[in-house]
Amino acid sequence: MKTEVKLSKNHYVIDENQPHIIPADHPDRQILQQLVNVCPAGLYQLNQDGSLSFDYHGCLECGTCRLLCDEKTLARWRYPAAGYGITFRFG
Amino acid sequence: MDDKFDVIIIGGGIAGCTSALLLARAGVNVLLLERAEQAGGKNISGGRLYSYSLETILPGFALSAPIERQITQEKLSLLTGETSVTMDYRHPEFAQDATSYSVLRARFDPWLMEQAQNAGAQCLTGVQVDALIQENGTVCGVQIGEDRLDARVVVLAEGANSLLAEQHQLVKKPQPHTMGVGVKEVLALPRSRLEERFSLENDRGAAWLFAGEAIAGKAGGGFLYTNRDTLSIGLVCNLSVLSHGKNALPQMLENFKQHPLLRPLLKETELLEYGAHLIPEGGLNALNPPFGAGYLIAGDAAGFCVNAGHTVRGMDLAVISAQAVADTLTTALQKDDFSAASLAAYQTHLENSTLWAVLKQYRSLPDTLLQNPRYFAEYPQMTSDILRELFEINRHPAPPLRSILWKHARKAGLMTLFKDLLRGARSL
Repeated sequence: MKTEVKLSKNHYVIDENQPHIIPADHPDRQILQQLVNVCPAGLYQLNQDGSLSFDYHGCLECGTCRLLCDEKTLARWRYPAAGYGITFRFG
Repeated sequence: MDDKFDVIIIGGGIAGCTSALLLARAGVNVLLLERAEQAGGKNISGGRLYSYSLETILPGFALSAPIERQITQEKLSLLTGETSVTMDYRHPEFAQDATSYSVLRARFDPWLMEQAQNAGAQCLTGVQVDALIQENGTVCGVQIGEDRLDARVVVLAEGANSLLAEQHQLVKKPQPHTMGVGVKEVLALPRSRLEERFSLENDRGAAWLFAGEAIAGKAGGGFLYTNRDTLSIGLVCNLSVLSHGKNALPQMLENFKQHPLLRPLLKETELLEYGAHLIPEGGLNALNPPFGAGYLIAGDAAGFCVNAGHTVRGMDLAVISAQAVADTLTTALQKDDFSAASLAAYQTHLENSTLWAVLKQYRSLPDTLLQNPRYFAEYPQMTSDILRELFEINRHPAPPLRSILWKHARKAGLMTLFKDLLRGARSL
C-alpha cells in the first residue's frame, strides 16, 4: 500500500496558511537524502534534477526529520498550531 | 485566567497525567496543558503497558481503564528473507503486579487524564505552549500566544520530541544514534477472527517481536500487538542506522508486512491509522540532567526509555518518573524552594527507584548490541540455516546435530561468536 493511501486514513485538520515545517532554500543534498529515507510519511521527495519536493500535509508530527538536520536544511520546524495537524483516533 | 499555579505540567501523556494526578492528590494546585484537542490525540506508542508501576498508584486500574488485552503470549521471531524461527512463551495465570496490557493511547490517555481531573487537577487540552518564562534564570511560567501563566514550578512532560526543553537549552538536542523512530499501523480484524488467528481466549492477548530481516538486518525490529479488534504492527529503527542506509522506512514496513510469516496473519485486515513516534534509546549515557531552577523533566522528554531488544519500556518508566516528580515537588512546595539545589532531590528519588536500576542494567546495550550488525543479520541467518538442516529431509542421510552446530559456529568464527554471545549476555 502506498504511503499516501495510508495517510489518507488518518484524521487531519490542515492549516493551509501556516506550514509548520519549511525547508531552507538551498539544503544540503546528502542530508536531504537522509530525510527521504527516514520520514515515516514519505513527505520528502527528491526530483530528478536534485530539487526537493516537500509537502507538510500528512505530517505525523514525530520530529524525526528535525533531529537529523538544523536550520540550514529546515528553516522552520514547529508543531502545527493548536487545533491543527494530526489527531490520532487509536494512537 | 491569570492565577498563579503551584505547578504547571506541559504534556498530557503518561508522565504528565500521572504527575498531575499525584500532585492533585497531595492537595497541590496543578494545571496540566496538552496541545491535542483531546488527551492522547497526539500520542502513539507501540502499544504495551507494563502495569506494575501504575498499579501502585491506581490499584486495579485495568478493571475500569480502556485497556485492550492482557498479554499472556510472548513471541519472538528471527527473520531472514524467506524463513523464520519463533520462540513462543505462554505466561501462567499470574500475579496482578506482573501483568501487561496492549493499549491504544488515544483511548487510554483520556481515561488517565480523567483520573487526574477527578483528583482535582485542572487539565486544559488544545493549548500549545510557545515558550517557557524564565526570570533570573529560573523557570516560572509558560507563554501561550499573548497569554502568560505563572507557576512556582514547571514540569516538562512534552514527549520524546522535546522542543521546549531544547529551545531553552535545558537539554541538548539528541544525537541521531541515541534515538529510534517507530512506525505503526493499526489494522482492523474482527474479534473472533483475531482470537482464532492468534489462538487467544478471554480477552487475553499476544505480544510478538521480530528481529533480523524485519528491518533489512539493521539494528531494530518489528512488533505486533493484539488489541481487542485491531492489531498494532510496526517497526522500530535507530535513526543513524536508518538515515545512512539505502532503504526508506515506509518501504521497510511494507517489506516486513510481506514476509511469509506476517502476510497470512495480516490477511483481510483493514488499515485504520498510520502513525510514527520517536523513541529515546540512548539509555543512561545519553541523559541530560532532568532538573534545574524552577523545572523538572519527566518521561520520554527526559529520555526515560529502554530499548532492550526483546522489549521497549517507556510508559512504565514514565509513571515512575511521575512518582519522583510528585515526591520532589510536594517537599519543594512545603519549603517554598525551587532552586536547582532543592529540585536536585528529583535525581535522588529517581536513582532510588526501579527506573534507575533498569537504565543501569541496560547501560551498555545501545553501544554493543544495537550497534553490532551481526546480531541482526548474521545470527538470525545462522539460526535459520541450522534449523533448516535439522528439519530438511531428503534422499541424503541427515548429518548429526552436533556436526550441523559445529559447521555453522565455525563458519561464523568461533571467537567472534563467543565474544558476541558474552557481550550480548553482559549488556542484557
